[in-house]
Amino acid sequence: MSDINRSGTPLVDMRDICISFGGVHAVDHVSVDLYPGEVVGLLGHNGAGKSTLIKILSGAYKMDSGEIYVNGERSDIRSPRDARRYNIETIYQTLALADNLDAASNLFLGRELTSPMGLVDDDAMESEARKIMARLNPNFQKFKDPVSALSGGQRQSVAIARAVYFNAQILIMDEPTAALGPHETQMVSELITQLKAEGIGIFLISHDIHDVMQLCDRASVMKNGKLVGTVDVADVTDDDLLGMIILGKQPAKAV
Amino acid sequence: MTDTNEHGAKSAAKSSRPGLVQRFMRDTELDTRLLGMLGALALIWVGFHVYGALRNGFGAFLTPRNLWNLSVQTSSIGIMACGMVLVIITRHIDLSVGSVLGFCAVIMGITQVWFLPQLVGLEHWSIWIIACIVGMIAGTIVGAIHGWLIAYLSIPAFIVTLGGLLVWRGAAFLITRGETISPLDSTFKLLGGGPNGAVGAMGSWIVGIIAAVAVIALIVMGRAKRKRFDFRLRPLWAEWFIGIFSVGAVIGAVLLVNSYPWPRGIVRRYAEANNIEIPEGGLFISHGFAIPVLILLVVIVVMTVVMNRTRFGRYVYAIGGNPEAAALAGINTRWMTVKIFALMGFLTGLSAVVASARLGSATNALGTLDELYVIAAAVIGGTSLGGGVGTIYGAVLGAFVMQSLQTGMVLIGFDAAVQQVVVGGVLVLAVYLDNLYRRSSK
Repeated sequence: MSDINRSGTPLVDMRDICISFGGVHAVDHVSVDLYPGEVVGLLGHNGAGKSTLIKILSGAYKMDSGEIYVNGERSDIRSPRDARRYNIETIYQTLALADNLDAASNLFLGRELTSPMGLVDDDAMESEARKIMARLNPNFQKFKDPVSALSGGQRQSVAIARAVYFNAQILIMDEPTAALGPHETQMVSELITQLKAEGIGIFLISHDIHDVMQLCDRASVMKNGKLVGTVDVADVTDDDLLGMIILGKQPAKAV
Repeated sequence: MTDTNEHGAKSAAKSSRPGLVQRFMRDTELDTRLLGMLGALALIWVGFHVYGALRNGFGAFLTPRNLWNLSVQTSSIGIMACGMVLVIITRHIDLSVGSVLGFCAVIMGITQVWFLPQLVGLEHWSIWIIACIVGMIAGTIVGAIHGWLIAYLSIPAFIVTLGGLLVWRGAAFLITRGETISPLDSTFKLLGGGPNGAVGAMGSWIVGIIAAVAVIALIVMGRAKRKRFDFRLRPLWAEWFIGIFSVGAVIGAVLLVNSYPWPRGIVRRYAEANNIEIPEGGLFISHGFAIPVLILLVVIVVMTVVMNRTRFGRYVYAIGGNPEAAALAGINTRWMTVKIFALMGFLTGLSAVVASARLGSATNALGTLDELYVIAAAVIGGTSLGGGVGTIYGAVLGAFVMQSLQTGMVLIGFDAAVQQVVVGGVLVLAVYLDNLYRRSSK
């Protein structure tokens, strides 16, 4: 798994990021980076700051200080719209779906397809949604129902389809398998492998050390808003990672 | 495939083939809610008519005259209900519409009574246009201010508009010093309906033909589009059924408004003014559609397109369904809130045109308690206070239900107190039934 070429410019380079909420340093001078075709796991306890860090990259939060470089260029991400312009797509832990809308409306939310008259073209969107879902989840049939009527796995596939459809270069997945059964988890794993092969960089936030050991090339561990360290997954054991998460201890072999 | 099987198994459990009603609903793709509301409305209408016939010996409800009046009386509330749907879908509320209506009416009143006659002369052709524009701009600005306070200063809509309820009613009083502003411009007054404020038999047929052609065009275009994308088509009989039913309803409405003649006195004055000899049986001049009703129709069509076919409408639903998700999808939810309340204000201004034109004067008390009827209309029409759910046609049907109840009770001679009790009870009952419907359809 460690055949990632890290000599070029990283896809994403987040340097010295800080954000605090009411005096609490949620993210405290954290630096992480991501190369094309690489999966970087973000690990840590609840409240370690992983989701907050990632929400800065996806434009949901504005950082207090720090720099983000995308493809080597200094970028200014102030809103989700900005992040999307840099081909950064996010699958949120909460999925961020509007429950009252159908799958196609959610897939294209904020980026609706319109007819020449500028009106929303539902049929074209449904047609596109059918195509992408046929690839991701061939069993999916409920295109007319609001997503509140879908099962957890189906909702997840809608959220994933939204991130994949728009040709993401950088994909952020926040606990993508937390609510899924074994079969669907397998599907997500396969998808990650496939996207990785296409040269997409993925930040994978997870609690599950097995997931990380299996899917990730590197892992960055956070604790209390600070970065404990970034390690090559091939060089460490489960216990090393656990030690980093729980004790904030650098493993002996870490770079 | 589990999805389709599950559904199939459910209906298969009831009978080997889906029942006639089920198949009908599935093939026509009609909204059961819509049918339910139309059914309730029909029940109210027939109920009042029959009750009147049995008790007073005369069923006054299902007469052209009453139904025509009903349509005019519903217009003002109906126009505002179209805006209230958006406000409630996005989990807000607007308690100020009645006061804003009064404020806009007063602004329009002084524009056309105090200012414009001195500038362009009394009864000048441009007066009604300028007055309407001024009124609608006033409403839009007031709405935008409310929206800005709610979105950018994070004051709850309930509080902002509760304040607005007092502020704008008081402002209207201060501007007029409590006076009634009249007489309004005579062209302006046509916008409120009445024998002259209706488009007549020929005009109504033109409106009807345009509507019928539009309905047929929508059906044909919709079918062509489904074919192009290879979606499931409705069976032909269902398309025909919907087409014939809709065109039939349009023709029925035209026949109805055309069968309500001008009152004899007005015909006499009209005949004298135009030197027409009145024949022996009397001169039959149809009202046709009233102008306020046509304004409401335009508002319904435009707002339905806005809600179902524009990004703005899609974002309104998205914000109502999950505000956080909408923001994460790059929607500027705060600016959307300002726009939604500005639109509510605009429609309130338009409604003020209809209400003050119908009254023939502008008073600071105009529109008192309208906010409650508007909210009730939207809620009876299926708009969920939890957000995310609601339709324009539902709100307008809700307005018709409210107005029908009130008109009906006046016709059969109920006290005002009884009317209040009934309307209040119906509001609560309607929401309860809606909850039941939603639970069973899940």
